[in-house]
Amino acid sequence: MINRYPLWKYLLILGVLLVGTLYALPNLYGQDPAVQISSTRGEPVTAQIRDKAVAVLEKANVRYKSVTEHDGRLLIRFHDSEAQLRARDLLEVALGSDYVVALNLAPSTPAWLRAINARPMYLGLDLRGGVHFLMSVDMRTAIKQALERHVGDLRTLLRDKRIRYLDVSRAKDAIEMRFRDARDLDRARALIAQKEPNLVLSTPSGQGGFFLRAVLSPQDLTKIRDFAVQQNITTLRNRINELGVTEPIIQQQGRDRIVVELPGVQDTARAKEIIGATATLEFHLVDEEHSVADAVSTGHVPPGDRIYYDRQHRPILLLRRVIITGDQITDASSGLDQQSGQPAVFITLDGRGARIMEDTTAKNIGRRMAVVFIENKVTTHMKNGKPVRVTRRVEQVINVAVIRDRFGRRFQITGLDSPQEARNLALLLRAGALAAPMQIIEERTIGPSLGQANIRQGFEAVVVGFVVVLVFMAVYYRAFGLMADLALFFNLVLVVALLSLLQATLTMPGIAGIVLTVGMAVDANVLIYERIREELRNGNTPQASIHAGYEKAFSTIADANITTLIAAVVLFGFGTGPVKGFAVTLSLGILTSMFTAIMGTRAITNLLYGGRRVKRLSI
Amino acid sequence: MEFFKSTLNIDFMGKRVWMAGFSVVTIIISLVSLSTQWLNLGLDFTGGTLIEVRYPHSVELPGVRRTLATAGFPQAVVQHLGSARDVLVRVPPHGKESSADLSNQVLAALQKEAGAKLDLKRVEFVGPQVGSELAEKGGLAMLYALLGILVYVALRFEWRLSLGAVLATVHDTIFTLGFFSVFRIPFNLTVLAAVLAVIGYSLNDTIVVFDRIRENFRRMRKADTVEVMNSAINQTLSRTIMTSLLTMLVVVTLFFLGGEVVHGFSIALIVGICIGTFSSIYVASPLAMWLGVSRADLMPVRKEMTEADRRP
Repeated sequence: MINRYPLWKYLLILGVLLVGTLYALPNLYGQDPAVQISSTRGEPVTAQIRDKAVAVLEKANVRYKSVTEHDGRLLIRFHDSEAQLRARDLLEVALGSDYVVALNLAPSTPAWLRAINARPMYLGLDLRGGVHFLMSVDMRTAIKQALERHVGDLRTLLRDKRIRYLDVSRAKDAIEMRFRDARDLDRARALIAQKEPNLVLSTPSGQGGFFLRAVLSPQDLTKIRDFAVQQNITTLRNRINELGVTEPIIQQQGRDRIVVELPGVQDTARAKEIIGATATLEFHLVDEEHSVADAVSTGHVPPGDRIYYDRQHRPILLLRRVIITGDQITDASSGLDQQSGQPAVFITLDGRGARIMEDTTAKNIGRRMAVVFIENKVTTHMKNGKPVRVTRRVEQVINVAVIRDRFGRRFQITGLDSPQEARNLALLLRAGALAAPMQIIEERTIGPSLGQANIRQGFEAVVVGFVVVLVFMAVYYRAFGLMADLALFFNLVLVVALLSLLQATLTMPGIAGIVLTVGMAVDANVLIYERIREELRNGNTPQASIHAGYEKAFSTIADANITTLIAAVVLFGFGTGPVKGFAVTLSLGILTSMFTAIMGTRAITNLLYGGRRVKRLSI
Repeated sequence: MEFFKSTLNIDFMGKRVWMAGFSVVTIIISLVSLSTQWLNLGLDFTGGTLIEVRYPHSVELPGVRRTLATAGFPQAVVQHLGSARDVLVRVPPHGKESSADLSNQVLAALQKEAGAKLDLKRVEFVGPQVGSELAEKGGLAMLYALLGILVYVALRFEWRLSLGAVLATVHDTIFTLGFFSVFRIPFNLTVLAAVLAVIGYSLNDTIVVFDRIRENFRRMRKADTVEVMNSAINQTLSRTIMTSLLTMLVVVTLFFLGGEVVHGFSIALIVGICIGTFSSIYVASPLAMWLGVSRADLMPVRKEMTEADRRP
């Protein structure tokens, strides 16, 4: 019979709408202000800490909603942000530097929805506020370091086998070895080929003397690249863990890029300091015998010494010899010095470092020791229209202290300006030096106020655009217009449900995409209804007109939507961040609109008119 | 309710020479503008730094400029955004230092001068290499979208129609880009996304008309090409206007309510929808006609080879 759907079609539509509504539901619930506690060392938070936190809050009379554990982290929800902020301050003091207490907004999805894995949409950084960094790993340095390591290895190898060489050194992207005679060269070549199969050997011609050139094999280069990126990601993850960001994203992009997204981070300066710097420390003894003023004024630096500057740009004369470096530090944490109550950094050394430190300090009690903080900052200059990267080594004396006693494995640095600074220093030390320096090549920061404004504006635009279309359709197509309106509403529900289900990132352009699909989704109904009107005008019966209208409009609708879909897919492939969000919502909107505008409205039409005698249609 | 009488029969094709003239002139203007002054490329493509801050009180721009000049950013462009309290600072990439630190330095300088903590609303820093990469990828994306659509339409329609449709779409893309070029509206990533959406949308409109042309060729055996095309455009006119109007309504809503982030985006769509509607009526069909589309090309292909014929 004409214009009747089989029962299963109705059930299918009903089922889809039901499931859609269910998964769209979590977005209606708001968010709880919450505090998240995690361990700086990445260990799960223990029940002991949980009890301690609860006790602290109860003692201070801070009311909380619930305490839950999630992925080894503790989440305490509050009724208002006032309690949240107070709790953060209290817990930060009570738990010390081993734990990170971070502010968070936790979705207050009810348990029964969480049980079916229904979650609210994942908001992009432009809506929730936060920082997006694109970092580029400096591969040239990574390769340079690898070559330097090989230089050391080769020297040892040759020496062990008693092959005499004149020189082994790194020259740009290769290692060059110089020998006295052909015999040594041949022996070395055979030995290296056997022991270091990763090196590609060649004898450069046209040069006097006996040269051997070694370069890294392509496989080795790939391995070094991958390793450098991986190690940087690991280090970044550690550092970011300590920033206490709730849902950070750290991903490799392309060959030598890393994307870092930190939702909710407001102090971007600090985030950049911690992420962007490759820092290490050197401990030097202070030269107590010579006058620094003389050295600066005459430019005559005593042999074995070097002039360093502290943060107030005051010069200080240090012995060149490095006692230990940051590599030998196994742990660093911040806290308060027990005697003076000043902020301090507690440092733990590895075995070798501890031995050296012990020897040095035992011999130099009463003398001063300086801590030099070395940072590799990378800047980009434009030179002849091309970006040129320059790595700057910034050395700064951050602390000078008198050696009071012989140091053991564990010692402390005091004299820091603030607890915050102690924290940062400890953080940088612990995360260690990066494998290869990284540079931030793109940053997008959205402050929380702008994120809020974007959500509000986006929401208003969707609602107003939606209502305008609803009214227009109802006026223009009457009963059929109302059916289209219903379909449009469920289209919106389905888009939201799919976005929630896929946990695809919703961005501001994404919202624009939703608004656009609201306009475009009715196109299918306009096409169908215009066709029905035409059929009616041609003198067909209402039933036949409905049937023909849907039938004839279908291929047009499909063609029209597929072309837009092609554009959306290209956009998705090209897209970065926000633009990708637009591509996602546009494609989802097109797909769901085909379902609701064709099947959905047809089902209602069939229910209302199908199998009945209809004199005229309200269209 | 209806906007158009069912008996409507406007001679669209009769005006095709005039309209072609209009198209040619606007396209030439667009191309001249694009070739002489290109687009006012935003930070996404040029690289550079942008900082948006909100002061607790209204602030005078010359003071802000002085502060930045003494802090070492004489090349910074400063303007109000929305209100006298909101300030947007742009630092071009040609500056000596364009590292990610720059935004910190600018903010620190402004805060020191203001003597208060400023609300940092937005920072965008795009390194020079990323900028040129995005520009290249953006251009490619536009090409791929057009290519993909060309292939699809070629599969679905006769080649003259598909070429007409794609040329009309290229026409719309050039017009939209030209509009951004002539009026120096900043062209950023989201605008590029909108231009791609316009490519999809404009084709959407044309396809509806072409579908009708194909249908009418088969139905109206006596009519000539101009009559067939005219009738198809007239029959779909109601739908074309209705859909364009509705989409326009929501995009205008977006323009007024969506905030600064989607401004360029909505402008691109508004322009694109207008020109897309125009081109689906006045550009696509005449183009297909000039390319020589005829009834014979669109008749369903009858299967003349039957199983029996193939048997040896």
